[in-house]
Parts: sequence; structure tokens; C-alpha cells
Amino acid sequence: MAGVAGGGGGGGGNDFQWCFSQVKGAIDEDVAEADIISTVEFNYSGDLLATGDKGGRVVIFQREQENKSRPHSRGEYNVYSTFQSHEPEFDYLKSLEIEEKINKIRWLPQQNAAHFLLSTNDKTIKLWKISERDKRAEGYNLKDEDGRLRDPFRITSLRVPILKPMDLMVEASPRRIFANAHTYHINSISVNSDHETYLSADDLRINLWHLEITDRSFNIVDIKPANMEELTEVITAAEFHPHHCNVFVYSSSKGTIRLCDMRSSALCDRHSKFFEEPEDPSSRSFFSEIISSISDVKFSHSGRYMMTRDYLSVKVWDLNMENRPVETYQVHEYLRSKLCSLYENDCIFDKFECCWNGSDSAIMTGSYNNFFRMFDRNTRRDITLEASRESSKPRAILKPRKVCTGGKRKKDEISVDSLDFNKKILHTAWHPTENIIAVAATNNLYIFQDKIN
Amino acid sequence: MSEKLSADSRCEQTGDEKQDTQEKEAVVPERAEEAKLKAKYPNLGQKPGGSDFLMKRLQKGQKYFDSGDYNMAKAKMKNKQLPTTGPDNNLVTGDHIPTPQDLPPRKSSLVTSKLAGCIWPALFPPIDLPCNQEDYSTPADGIRLIT
Repeated sequence: MAGVAGGGGGGGGNDFQWCFSQVKGAIDEDVAEADIISTVEFNYSGDLLATGDKGGRVVIFQREQENKSRPHSRGEYNVYSTFQSHEPEFDYLKSLEIEEKINKIRWLPQQNAAHFLLSTNDKTIKLWKISERDKRAEGYNLKDEDGRLRDPFRITSLRVPILKPMDLMVEASPRRIFANAHTYHINSISVNSDHETYLSADDLRINLWHLEITDRSFNIVDIKPANMEELTEVITAAEFHPHHCNVFVYSSSKGTIRLCDMRSSALCDRHSKFFEEPEDPSSRSFFSEIISSISDVKFSHSGRYMMTRDYLSVKVWDLNMENRPVETYQVHEYLRSKLCSLYENDCIFDKFECCWNGSDSAIMTGSYNNFFRMFDRNTRRDITLEASRESSKPRAILKPRKVCTGGKRKKDEISVDSLDFNKKILHTAWHPTENIIAVAATNNLYIFQDKIN
Repeated sequence: MSEKLSADSRCEQTGDEKQDTQEKEAVVPERAEEAKLKAKYPNLGQKPGGSDFLMKRLQKGQKYFDSGDYNMAKAKMKNKQLPTTGPDNNLVTGDHIPTPQDLPPRKSSLVTSKLAGCIWPALFPPIDLPCNQEDYSTPADGIRLIT
């Protein structure tokens, strides 16, 4: 059964088969709103996998060291740390309720033994330090082993405390809080390749921060019109270029992408490049603009391409060509004839993300009914897989799924009308170097790996 | 840009081209869906991606009312009946007055994520983090996890 070529060295062409590895989260049918996963992100090495949820909590999983006695099982991901990143707030001045939902998590490159990540809700970005402690000092002079203060008059000699090993403790502490810089709701954060700065984007503005400085940020993009009645588009996503620290892109609700160069001016309201696919005016409809809204933009690891996700498709753009994408992949074209009901139940506004594999040879994005799609850029093959408890046996190979659009439904196919639109896969992540993927299905996190040997 | 295009689509409905358009509507699924939507909601605005839709997006989170707005609205309609919130509570208030029933229920207390709790349920009691943001500059310890 043909799979989709994954990362690793060399080119595409090798077919891999995706197998179930793990699933995290509760099984019960009644899903609490707070448990809905809102972001998933591997760190630079892929050893850590972070999730954020609507309840403002972050859970970090760590990959276990590979076990030589079990060569068929690649390292599993187990809980490493968990903490409450954001709490619900109320802005009394504006009568605004601020959700604690974690919109995005971005890891910082590792520079010492500790791990750092940025997590953000609608209004506030926080820098978290996750560090391990496996030693403890014993033999203090002024206090007992259980922490009680010793009577200073009873101390007759001095001793030097010694470090003794202890059970591993993982601590998470907030090191910086970047607040009060966004009037509108933050949709993206992106760490710069200079490892010193990062950007945060809301519906109308993009700010540039220095990781050390919390009381100031530079505003680098402002698309707020003088008269709000003239508002026609909002910023939907933004990202720094992976290698050029002066370049970033932002996407809009009108399906356009602007590339900006911070060297050209302090305020990047004028773009350096403008990416837009020309539209056939005869096919324009009420839904055209809504489904063209870009929900995610991601640079390729090479920095040569970028990928955008709109409601029905994923497009790959060459940064050197602004007038059209170089590749377009249909995610669920069969939904085009369901747009009326998708508008009524608000699903048309769902924001799907997309991701590249490590070698940029494949891309992945989610769909409905807990389906997710992978496209091989070299072979042009695509596959639809499902994240479900039914196919959750260890190392069980995932069977490709197919949606039936026409009249006759074949066995094992599912018809468009039977799709569950409440089971949406909005967030997926691909390990930076290996064929391991993390898929968030509402309140469950699935981890799939390719079959070894 | 969107204004220019909607003008074009309106022009299409002249006598000669009407039959072509009707054929096109059958062929292009999007247009058929649009016709369905317009049949259900005849008052739907001409600019779907325009101001109204975006303003609604920008105002997400606005839940409570301003007493000034409330009194202004009351004064404006002293003879008419006070309106209550419609199905859409998210519009800027001033024209409708929320009632206690419309306010969302208080959020439940913060507990550990089930993603973390599924393996060691007993070791994750609910923990209160320091809420005072001024403390962030001192290294405050977060949750301790014993593996």
C-alpha cells in the first residue's frame, strides 16, 4: 500500500507506511472545553513535543532514549512537564474577556541545559524556562534537612553543604511576560533566526520584541485604517524567514501574502513582495473571499518556499515568484458543494494549520472527521489518514481513507454527508528530522511513526 | 477590489446573459451554494468579507456592558420596550442590554490537563500559580513534577 515519502536524507520516492504509535488524553465522549488542544509544536531537535490547550495549560512530552533491547520501537513520548501558562483574565477598562486559550507555542533554540519556549494567548506572550534538577544540596548550617531552622545557639561547627543526587525534578518558571502590546487578538508568534528577537502578530498589527526586554516592542506593521468602516482585511498569520533575520511574511484574510524586509524601513507597511494568485472573476461567489482567507503560512526549512493553507487547499509558493503558487494541493474539494451549510454552522471559518517534513519533500494538513492529508511533492501522491481510537493498536499500519463524492459509494469509503464536522484536525506537527508526526484530534494527541524496516 | 468584482457580478444579470448565468450556477457548485444561502437569508449583505464580518471578528471577547452605554440606550428608548440580547451576544452593546441570564457561567477551577494526567493521575493536584505579574523578574518556581 503506497504511503507518502517522508523526511530524512536523500530525495523522495521512498514509500513509507504510517503506523500508530501513541495516543494521549481521555477517552470519554464528553469533552471539556478546556481540554481541547489548541497548538502542537516539536522543538528544534524533536526530543520535546509541546501542546497547549483551551484551558491555558501546556504539556510537554519528551522522547525516551531508544532502547536497544526493543529495536522496533522508536523512542516513545512521555510526559516531561506540565504547567498552567495562562489564566482567564478580564480587562475591566474595555469590558473584554481574555481567554486563557494558548494560541501558539514556539520553542527557542537550545543554548544551555534548560529549554525555553514562548507561549501566547490572545493578549500576552510568556517566555517559560523548563529546567531539570537532579542534585540537591545537603548539610546546610542554618536549617535542617526538612527545612526547619536550626537554633543558631546550638550550632557549634561549620560544615560545607555537599551536592547529592536526587530524583529528577522538572521545573517550569515564567522568565518574561510580554504584555499590553496588542489591542487585537494575537494569532502568531515567530522566533527570529537571530535568536534574540521575535515577532507577534494580531489582526491588524505586528510587533517586534527583544527576548530580554518586556516593557517595549517595536511596531513593524500596522494595517489599521484611519476609519474602521474602511476595514477590508486582517492579518491572519506571520512568520520570520528561517535564515534571513530581516525578512518576514504575513498573510491576510483576502488570500494574499506580503513579504517584508526590515532593512528597507522601520515601519514595514509597504511590502517588498506581494503574493497573490489571480482569480477567475467569473467563478467568484459570496464564499470566494471567505474560503481564500489564509489560516496558516509556513516557510520551508530551506527558506526557498513558503506554504499557505486556505479553506480548501494548500499552496506552495516560490519566494521568487509572486504571481501564482508553484504547487496547489486540494485538501477536501468535495466541500465546495457544501459551503452553504458550512457557512451556517461556522465551519467555513475553521483555521487549519499546515506543516512541512524535515526535508521539505512532503506537507501535511488536517481536515474533518479526524482525517488528515499528506502530499508528496516529488511523486505528487497524496494520502488521507484518520486519527481514531479504532486504529490505535501499537504499530498498526494506518489504512488510507477515501471520501466518496459521486453516487456509488464503495466499501470502506465514507460519503461527504456522513463526515463529522465536529471532529476537526486543525493542528499537526512533523518531527524536524524523522518521520514522526503529532496530530491533535480535539482533546486527544496522536503520535504516528513510519514503519521501520 | 471586492467592490469592483461585486459590481461585475451584478452586471451579469442582464436579459441576454441570464440563461448563461443560470447554466453557470448549475455547473459551478459554489454558485449553487450561494443561491441556496441567499434563498435562506435574503438580507445577507453584498460584501461577505467586508466590514461587518471583520468587525465581528475583532470584537471577540466583548461580553459585558458599559453603564454609560446602558443609560444612553435607556434614554434613547424611554418610550419603547427595552430590547434584550438577540442570539448574537457578541455585538458591541449600546443597543441591547444584557441580562444576568446572558452572561456566561463562571469558569471552572484550574485543574491539570488530562494529557498529562493519564499516566500519573495521583501526582497532579491542582496548583495555584502566583498571579502577580510583577513577580516575574524574580525566579519564581512553577509546578514541580516528580518523575
